[in-house]
Amino acid sequence: MSELTPSQTVGPFYAYGLTPKGRAHWDPDGTYSWKETVGDNLVTPDASGEKIHILGVIRDGDGVPIPDAMLEIWQADAQGRYAHPRDPRAPNASFKGFGRSACDKNGEFGFDTIKPGPVSGPDGKQQAPHVVVCIFSRGMLRQIYTRMYFPDEPANATDPILALVPAERRHTLIATKEKDGVYRFDIRVQGDDETVFFEI
Amino acid sequence: MSLIYPTKSLEAFPNHLSPGYRSTIKRSPSKPLIVIPHTLSELTGPVYGHNAIEENDNDLTKMHRGEPLGERIIVHGYVLDEDKRPVPEALVEIWQANACGRYVHIVDQHPAPLDPNFTGAGRTLTDKNGYYKFITIKPGAYPWGNHPNAWRPNHIHFSLFGHSFLSRLVTQMYFPGDYLLPFDPIFNSVPDEKARNRMIASFDLDNTVPEWALCFRFDIVLRGRESTPMEEGAH
Repeated sequence: MSELTPSQTVGPFYAYGLTPKGRAHWDPDGTYSWKETVGDNLVTPDASGEKIHILGVIRDGDGVPIPDAMLEIWQADAQGRYAHPRDPRAPNASFKGFGRSACDKNGEFGFDTIKPGPVSGPDGKQQAPHVVVCIFSRGMLRQIYTRMYFPDEPANATDPILALVPAERRHTLIATKEKDGVYRFDIRVQGDDETVFFEI
Repeated sequence: MSLIYPTKSLEAFPNHLSPGYRSTIKRSPSKPLIVIPHTLSELTGPVYGHNAIEENDNDLTKMHRGEPLGERIIVHGYVLDEDKRPVPEALVEIWQANACGRYVHIVDQHPAPLDPNFTGAGRTLTDKNGYYKFITIKPGAYPWGNHPNAWRPNHIHFSLFGHSFLSRLVTQMYFPGDYLLPFDPIFNSVPDEKARNRMIASFDLDNTVPEWALCFRFDIVLRGRESTPMEEGAH
């Protein structure tokens, strides 16, 4: 058995390597360039389902926006299928379900995607539609994981993961609907209204 | 193949809060993390194929008109899981400072020159044996504001995807014999010395190319092991 390579911070300068076309303006003069592998638009032309926009601001323990954070999201398609060999119902669309957004100078991130469907959970129970969120930043020596759920979703009441979260903190995992198709998911890394993070 | 992800293995990781690295003080969760079972959402993750990369994306010395200044090096190794099995087709992304220790990012304004022939970003996919290789130049050390006279040791940032979203890893590769390592709060945020030293590449004379480039070997172990644990004492 082998032992893990430890995690280290992504640091303040990741943008030109990981999100070169994203909203962090790392090269205002356009002197350097680099191609993007993963961006913040997950929508593919053949993906069915409701197109949505997810946005939010990430703040530190003082409530100050974090301008150099990076978020990655991982989600199922509208039918609740993951584009991965472990999901036997692998989708037949090119929708990958993975996106990456840098934050801008105001700590704001955003994704264009498809609203995920419910996915299977432990012991044959269904999980409510959700997006897995992974956060990296200067000052974070390892990534932190959370989940974004959707408001007005009856399945939240029986979601096996939400059930593990103390009732008074569950709201930190549920986005608010700004208007049709636009969901706000603000993240508080530390403090009184700290977002729930998961040990996985 | 069915993998499990023992959380005990995460003891090799730094704590979220590591006060010597000041930025962790306001950017680490203060409430206990909530332990959840690994569902399909955690046990799956993005899969990349060869359409994600192009030829020479792994050669950081060939991305501009001329060659970058600095010491040309080869960095190579294997991406493995916790059972030492190769992780094939893993997307590996790197970024780094130039030979003078300057990043092309606008936020880095310390007084060292930029190199018009060096951006400092690259990517590749591991082959079926989990092998990857980059050609680059050795990054310089640079000052930072963590404490008086703070300098980061030479390092290359690595970002990796393994078999699931749980095996996602962002780390840094350090160089052997770097005199700045004992003073670096980021490197030393890893409490266990053996774990810390796994982030240091080894000098690889056998794969150093005569008259051309020094070589460094950096193997990376991601989360994930076979679902049937080996018996105690088995190798």
